[in-house]
Amino acid sequence: MSKAAANKNFASLQQEAERRAIERKNESIPTIYIVMSTCGLASGAAETKQAFEEALSTKSIEARIVPVGCLGHCYAEPLVVIDHPTAGFPPICYHQVSTGRAGLLVRSYLEKGDPVFEYILGAMEENDLIPAVMDFPRFNLEQRLVMEQCGRIDPDDIYQYIAEGGYSGLVKALASEPEKIIAEIETSGLRGRGGAGFPAGRKWRLARANDREGRIVICNADEGDPGAYMDRTILESNPHQLLEGLAICAYGVGADQAIVYVRAEYPLAVRTMKQAINSAEELSLLGPSILGTSFNLDVSVFQGSGAFVCGEETALIQSIEGKRGMPQYRPPYPVDKGLWGNSTVVNNVKTLSSVPAIIKKGPEWFRTIGTEKSPGTAIFSVVGNVKHPGLVEIAMGTSLRTLIFDVCGGIPDKKSFKAVQIGGPSGGCLPESFLDTPIDFDSLIEAGAMMGSGGMVVMDQGSCMVDVARYFLDFTQKESCGKCTFCRIGTRHLLSILDRITKGEGTEKDLELLETLGEDIKGGSLCGLGKTAPNPVLTSLNYFREEYEAHIKEKRCPAMKCRALTAFYIDLDKCARGCDVCVGCCPVEAIFTTTGRKKAIDQELCVKCGECMVVCPPEYDAVEKVSPPELAPIIEPPPKKDRESK
Amino acid sequence: MIAPELDAEEGAMVEDITAILPQFNKTRANLIPILQSIQENHSYLATVAIEMVADHLSISPSEVYGVATFYNQFRLHPPGRHQIKVCLGTACHVAGGDIILENFERKLGIKDGQTTPDREYSVERVACVGCCALAPVAVIDDAVEAHVQPSRVEGIFVQFQVERERQERENMEGEAGE
Repeated sequence: MSKAAANKNFASLQQEAERRAIERKNESIPTIYIVMSTCGLASGAAETKQAFEEALSTKSIEARIVPVGCLGHCYAEPLVVIDHPTAGFPPICYHQVSTGRAGLLVRSYLEKGDPVFEYILGAMEENDLIPAVMDFPRFNLEQRLVMEQCGRIDPDDIYQYIAEGGYSGLVKALASEPEKIIAEIETSGLRGRGGAGFPAGRKWRLARANDREGRIVICNADEGDPGAYMDRTILESNPHQLLEGLAICAYGVGADQAIVYVRAEYPLAVRTMKQAINSAEELSLLGPSILGTSFNLDVSVFQGSGAFVCGEETALIQSIEGKRGMPQYRPPYPVDKGLWGNSTVVNNVKTLSSVPAIIKKGPEWFRTIGTEKSPGTAIFSVVGNVKHPGLVEIAMGTSLRTLIFDVCGGIPDKKSFKAVQIGGPSGGCLPESFLDTPIDFDSLIEAGAMMGSGGMVVMDQGSCMVDVARYFLDFTQKESCGKCTFCRIGTRHLLSILDRITKGEGTEKDLELLETLGEDIKGGSLCGLGKTAPNPVLTSLNYFREEYEAHIKEKRCPAMKCRALTAFYIDLDKCARGCDVCVGCCPVEAIFTTTGRKKAIDQELCVKCGECMVVCPPEYDAVEKVSPPELAPIIEPPPKKDRESK
Repeated sequence: MIAPELDAEEGAMVEDITAILPQFNKTRANLIPILQSIQENHSYLATVAIEMVADHLSISPSEVYGVATFYNQFRLHPPGRHQIKVCLGTACHVAGGDIILENFERKLGIKDGQTTPDREYSVERVACVGCCALAPVAVIDDAVEAHVQPSRVEGIFVQFQVERERQERENMEGEAGE
């Protein structure tokens, strides 16, 4: 029947994709790939692109500029890969390509054939001339499955994805029975990457078992966790892989409608996704009777309006229905009664993006990656105090130590590791003793953190754990939808207690109160937000209790972060006569001249921004930071009148 | 008292909403997309807009108001001509995003969520713009500023000042030319 037609239709698409790829290759003009996802643009990729265009036109050199998605190496943005086939070098990756460097690369490399070795990050292929990026731990310790093509293909060009084997998983799926697809996903052991780790195959089976018509598949791309941005990257860099996974899922569960729920805060992701859906529909890879088969799938984009709680599936469904995004009591689960009362499968971006590879290469292959109970890979956005922050995809079961120290280069500025926060507002802070914990769903929960969305913030000695806990509570308290009393009022109280402690007004009873109240909130809340909101407080209280005690008993912040408990002063022995760098930078004019034309800080005016410490020339290094603030020597400022009249 | 400028603005909003509402079916599911499209064109939702949407969908204005206040995206007051959003995601917080926010607030004399009286600037805090590796980050109008230092805050305002003066000069030259 139509299966043969599907194969034939797809074969012609593949031929076209191949023809285009060969055509690009045969042109033998240089290609400049510029990473233009949100973080690339933030580092100035748009200006870099313009600089390339200008330089190329003044030198009248012919080259193709291809904007690509994110490679995940945010520390080196703006990243540029230049493929210059006639120069005798492999494709070369350049880091931090400013507008000046862009011009230089055109003049030296494209015009004269000198690849400017000092700005090279590495070659994209193994070769004898330039060390390949794959030789660096930041690259070769990663195992890319979901993000394999991110940053290597043009997200707006569907043929590039097809040329890399894209959509063949869907074609393979269409040739077999839906039941078999579900069985394959079940065998693969794929667990939901949204945080909780529910087996994806079981969810699909439950939805299929529901015999009502009108099943719906929703891709949850409402990435609200502050500190996580892998979903955005996948959407911006390789939208077709997600759409392919979405279509396979819809075919498996028997849905004819799919919705991609994206945050409105990600305008580029929304645009890329809409464009991708359009081009897939044009080629009949989505839409009515896909590739000539009887399978129809209508895919639309819904823009979430910015509510963290909408990451929870029932709240997400409420929000699509046009209501306030408040979680509902489960059961009934969405697979039974979801969007508009229909059976609904909600899967995360990473879950769906893993699906095409599983169908293509088989569940046994997938099981060889990762651990027994958590097969596959995990994507983390490792940020904070690490040398090489960015997105990292590693096999499950890798230890935290490997991830932080080997892959991401460890802590910069000769500081030491203090804690790692995993899982965002729902996760916990783990100290050094947990560094050998393998990363998988179960081990992390055991340690008191959780996989969550994959946000990972590494903190050095300069981070205060009380302040971090306060920060997360501030977030969850604002984002609590207000349905459950414990979550709504409890988080508010947790926050005010933590506020008190960071201001040095805490009492010893507060610690006990934090613990009991935290447990009560966990017990008295309906959804994951409330159930996990106290985690940052409880884990940090568990592992860094002495820090809380220092705030309460000694009114001291050991990390010198809490501003109410610290003070800056200028060491008069070190301060240079007549130098006034700090005076100019102070935003509140708190620095005045004291005896011997040296400088001092008016503690009443000082807002403790630390700018004077940054600008003080290293040969003097005269600005000191202390906690508690009483340690700062008091130097009387001249009477106000005098200074104003001056 | 409402400034006369606002009245004209609301008039334009009413006109525009009257034009776009018929494009949407009268189902509750369209509530958020309608509000989004109004805000996209007018950058905030005036009371009259909420009433019109409620009327179109045959639900009470309080329902619409409930949805509009639930989600962070919607604002009920006009923003400044230049919108400053300071990211206070986890990475930005650890890197001192709160100090950056404070610098903006001090410089403009307003708190986050407010607009300067001349409606030139508004400042708000956002949860995460997803550029954590570049922390601390601020979004000025549509451009993302990476690794913002307190001194950069000054620089941003100087840039606006220079731009404004340049425009004024051009306007004057243009007038002189006529």
